[in-house]
Amino acid sequence: MRSLDLTNTRFCLTALLLLSLVCVLAPHPARAQSPSNPEVTDHPNDDGSAVILSFGLAGDELLELMPQVQIEGVWHDTETAPVLLSSLDKRSDHPEIYGWGVTDGNAELRPDDYYVPISKYVTVGEDGEPSVVPVSPELGEFAVRLVVDPAGRAESHPAGSVQATGQLFNRNMSFRVLLAFLFAGIIMYFILAARRNPNIFIRRIAGLEAVDEAIGRATEMGKPVLHINGLDSLATLSTVAAVNILGRIAGKVATYESDLLVPCFDPVVMTVSQEVVKNAYIEAGRPDNYREDNIYFLTDQQFSYTASVCGIMLREKPAANFLLGYFYAESLLLAETGNTTGAIQIAGTDAQAQLPFFITTCDYTLIGEELYAASAYLSREPMLLGSLRGQDLAKAFVMVMIFLGTLLSTFGSEWLSRLWTPL
Amino acid sequence: MTEVTPIGQLLGVWIAAGLTLLIFSFIYKDNPAFKFAEALFLGVSLGYTAVNTYWNSIAPQVIRPLTPGVNFDAWVLLPVFLGLCIILRVIPSLSWLSRMAFAVYIAGYAGMAIPNEISGRLLPQVGSTMAPFTAATWYITPVILLGVFCTMMYFFFSLEHKGAVGRISRIGVVFVMISFGASFGYTVMARVSLLIGRMQFLFFDWLGLPN
Repeated sequence: MRSLDLTNTRFCLTALLLLSLVCVLAPHPARAQSPSNPEVTDHPNDDGSAVILSFGLAGDELLELMPQVQIEGVWHDTETAPVLLSSLDKRSDHPEIYGWGVTDGNAELRPDDYYVPISKYVTVGEDGEPSVVPVSPELGEFAVRLVVDPAGRAESHPAGSVQATGQLFNRNMSFRVLLAFLFAGIIMYFILAARRNPNIFIRRIAGLEAVDEAIGRATEMGKPVLHINGLDSLATLSTVAAVNILGRIAGKVATYESDLLVPCFDPVVMTVSQEVVKNAYIEAGRPDNYREDNIYFLTDQQFSYTASVCGIMLREKPAANFLLGYFYAESLLLAETGNTTGAIQIAGTDAQAQLPFFITTCDYTLIGEELYAASAYLSREPMLLGSLRGQDLAKAFVMVMIFLGTLLSTFGSEWLSRLWTPL
Repeated sequence: MTEVTPIGQLLGVWIAAGLTLLIFSFIYKDNPAFKFAEALFLGVSLGYTAVNTYWNSIAPQVIRPLTPGVNFDAWVLLPVFLGLCIILRVIPSLSWLSRMAFAVYIAGYAGMAIPNEISGRLLPQVGSTMAPFTAATWYITPVILLGVFCTMMYFFFSLEHKGAVGRISRIGVVFVMISFGASFGYTVMARVSLLIGRMQFLFFDWLGLPN
């Protein structure tokens, strides 16, 4: 009996020891640590629709616990429902809020490294239904605390309370405003100067020298001139430039008494093109030759438009194709089809991905800014000439800034390059 | 949502394959089959645009806000008036009103585009170019700087491209062409993958060849 008892006692002790070992050696769930230094502040430079909750995390293990971290808040004496945090931002990644002084916390986590912008929160109504409410300046103050591991209730200290306010000016945009005024001032000055003396030199642009030749050839062959304003709306600057050039081309077509076809991708561009071409015909003294039906809307679907224009190129066989404006994947299809019909092709776009296709398939290509310069080159209008000269000076200013910025960054001063970093 | 029956699916594959071949016939030359596919494509896209414009623009942004009720918004009358001004182009005596609408349209978009260009293109590009010379970047930073300077010099329009300016801008053209060459190769690869996708559709989905 006794020996049996001893055996039982030994067995129980061994089992207890093993169990203790298992408990010690088994991986523990990460201990819920409460976030440190929680602080709720107004979101700067906004319209009053957000507040920011910033806090620190003591270690990496807490990051793993993020799916369990909740925000509990009180908004204007109304308990809000807990909101689960799904992602965090680091303060050092957001100089637009915290400035450039915050260093990257990757190497060493600081107690105030993390923050979460709150623009909406959840309340539970009397009927028990949760509803999402946007933060608004009218709703009063917002007080929050973070809760890690709701089961264990590891809570942070209350983060304090804040009133969301809207700001009239976004101070992060100050440098952009300054640049806009500076460039506008330079351009205005040169426009005024060009009005006094319109003999401003503009370098030769090969593609534009060929416009007369292309239209003359079309007239001799008795074939029409095809002009395409790209596949974007008038919101794109290259479309505006293309429509400007269309006016100059239409004036020459009217003078030579040739035909002009303008199939349009956008109804508004079509209407403006009709107006521009009509004015050009009137200015050229040939209003009776203007045909509104030659400037027409096809469709605003990319490849059906392309198929249709390719068909026009093959059936009407225009002697000159002008492909100006913003283009997408259809650029090569259009230019290649035009090439097979033997037309002189002059293309121009600021779509960088499409320029190589135009260069390989067209006779002349206006690269990027040459498209904007084209209307000044063709018209010799003082306003456009002056603005072109002003833009050149603005480019020189940017070149000097790049040189200085590189020099300063090399010697450890980042202020100029940060000034040119959009926030 | 209507479920597609196997027969409907089969019919869809045959129509898609047929139209693909009709469009491909353009490789040989312009022909009635291509003309048919082109006209069908254009007609369908116009119909789609009309329905899309009504349900995504006119109904939610014009009709609904102008229907008396909780969502009534009188401000909508302003763009509606400008839109009507454009339609008035069909009446020659009132066509001048359309210019007012176009002025608002173009000025509004220019006002939106200019700050976006400064924020989206000018600032990031200039800011990124101001990279310091470090042990890791000593060989690439001067190349980038040289490329930027020479290319910008090419886009100076009020300087004659002769002498030193001409030589610098020619170096700029070399940089531009290298970038276009890389872009060309990249895009051609993307286009070839589109062709492969279409061929896969014809061979596997239509002809049912083993994949």
